Amino acid sequence: MRIAEKFRELKAKNEKALIAYICAGDPSADATREYVHTLVKGGVDMVELGLPFSDPVADGPTIQAASDRSLEAGMNPDTYFELAASIKEQVPLICMTYYNLIFRRGVEKFVKDCAASGITGIIVPDLPIEETDDILKACKAHCVDMIFMVTPLTDKERMQKIFTKGSGFLYIVSRLGVTGTRADVAKSTKEVLDKVNTALPRAVGFGISNGKQATEVIAAGADAIIVGSAFVNIIASQDNVEGRLEELARELKAGCIGQ
Amino acid sequence: MQKPTYGRFGGQFVPEVLMPALNELEEEYERYKGDPGFLRELNYYLTEFAGRSTPLYHARNLSKKYGTKIYLKREDLLHGGAHKLNNTIGQSLLAKYMGKKRIIAETGAGQHGTATAMAGANLGFETVVYMGAKDVERQRMNVYRMELMGTKVCPVRSGSMTLKDAINEALRDWVTNVENTHYLIGSVVGPHPYPMIVRDFQSVIGKEVKQQIMEKEGRHPDSIIACAGGGSNAMGIFYPFIDDTDVKLLPVEAGGCGIQVQGKTATHSASLGAGEEGILQGARTLILQDRYGQILESTSVSAGLDYSGVGPELAHLAETGRIKPGNVNDQEALNAFHELCRLEGIIPALESAHALAYVKKMADTGELGDLVVVNLSGRGDKDLETVLKLKVTDNEEKQ
Ligand SMILES: Cc1ncc(COP(=O)(O)O)c(C=O)c1O
Repeated sequence: MRIAEKFRELKAKNEKALIAYICAGDPSADATREYVHTLVKGGVDMVELGLPFSDPVADGPTIQAASDRSLEAGMNPDTYFELAASIKEQVPLICMTYYNLIFRRGVEKFVKDCAASGITGIIVPDLPIEETDDILKACKAHCVDMIFMVTPLTDKERMQKIFTKGSGFLYIVSRLGVTGTRADVAKSTKEVLDKVNTALPRAVGFGISNGKQATEVIAAGADAIIVGSAFVNIIASQDNVEGRLEELARELKAGCIGQ
Repeated sequence: MQKPTYGRFGGQFVPEVLMPALNELEEEYERYKGDPGFLRELNYYLTEFAGRSTPLYHARNLSKKYGTKIYLKREDLLHGGAHKLNNTIGQSLLAKYMGKKRIIAETGAGQHGTATAMAGANLGFETVVYMGAKDVERQRMNVYRMELMGTKVCPVRSGSMTLKDAINEALRDWVTNVENTHYLIGSVVGPHPYPMIVRDFQSVIGKEVKQQIMEKEGRHPDSIIACAGGGSNAMGIFYPFIDDTDVKLLPVEAGGCGIQVQGKTATHSASLGAGEEGILQGARTLILQDRYGQILESTSVSAGLDYSGVGPELAHLAETGRIKPGNVNDQEALNAFHELCRLEGIIPALESAHALAYVKKMADTGELGDLVVVNLSGRGDKDLETVLKLKVTDNEEKQ
């Protein structure tokens, strides 16, 4: 499913989007398939499926550890695309990974494999707009959205360039740092949101972990929230994982409805 | 909008949050690199604090043994015991001019960390160094040295717990604290403009060699040999000779215990010679990776060469044929280490011992010519524990 279609569907229901990140293959491909099912049941609207890289520089300890577990269990790009293709839920799937895995497979082939396995968006945290000519061409050819990040340090001129290159949604990193849960999120969020003037839906990520934060970020004007480490922590705990994933999804989604 | 690269290699593969900082660094460097005040200050520190210039020493006994005239560029005599201080003084000064309050660095052997600690203490920065937990173990003395100079050393326990992981962690710190912090990269690696800046600050080595060899011999050397981990001492001594095509430029990588891959580990660190094109830590370059693009762990007896990538400019120069990479294994490096101790009364760093071992390996081929300069990038005091330990296990195996 295309990302824009999902946003249209939500808009008609007057809802904002909940986007969940989990690391594919943590702890196994079968488990990931189950977790996606559970998350969607709990109200998740789109799923970012992390393809693990050995050296994830933009990630904090939680997602680093998830990547290690997944790689240890044998996840690789071939099995990743098989897994993605086997997911039945009708939600947009987004591939989040680092550029060397894309480069090594061949940019064109990687994007083609995404499209063929039902992935309709790509996020590459170590690929700034300067280096994206190849991947943008491939994305266009295969109808896959390339999603870019903006941060509190991105100036107006750069933002404008990013708006014209990106599609799907704009990923707003609400504060400096790597991925991971944080106690306070909202403060700098509103400042950044106010600076971002784009027709693209604005999704806020990095640090959100509970319903209260979700409500605050949506109230600040976001069209979507992205939650990763909080879900990954539940998976890592191995304690009533599915029950707690569904519960957290419900709590977060509640913050996205009726504001 | 594409940034200057080295052929296909180089670039800026970093999170968006770092792009403003890289652009700022590039602009400020361009502003100060020709500024008379900045250069005067840089020269002052290089001379009075670091002890430049370093001698170009005719190694008589080594020359006699290998039947070719060998000069050693004595970077081991620089303050701190390695070439690393050339770069840390340059970048710290730049950071000061840029108004940064805090510097962070990664370190493998601890030499770059130590050189950062020295510059940081002297110029009044809050200094934090990331170091793989495995390297903290094998380079304990350097950890104490850094701490004595007021630097906070953070052991990194992710991945292989060596240099590559220390760089990852330094990048994570920088992503978080980019507004007041300068990331002081220790080699000609990482995103543009780092490979250029580090090369320029290290080029003082090659500039001095050019002048010294003309004074002593009245001509260019036939070949210049330098060990290459990330490649900063190699680029530093090579760069002023790049257009002098009569001079062979020979980077020597760590062959470890053989050019092979076992599972997720390469048993060597020879990215120039045996790596493949990819993207690692901000740059497109030659790297050690598996078929999917996961980075392999590297292997070397010398912590400073134990790295899965190499500077993008070296990758480019190797592709064009201007430099000719070679490698020597752990044992060859250790033999050369002992040989220099006994023949010349100089204890070389294990990194530099790789360059020396290449002389031994190539002497009979005639490839090196009659006049050879070896970059003695550092002294070996930091490696005594490693060498002694290997000697003990060696004896145990013989019994
Ligand atoms: C003495 C010495 N030589 C060489 C190196 C390798 O670095 P590079 O290849 O950047 O010169 C190191 C790194 O720690 C070192 O300490």
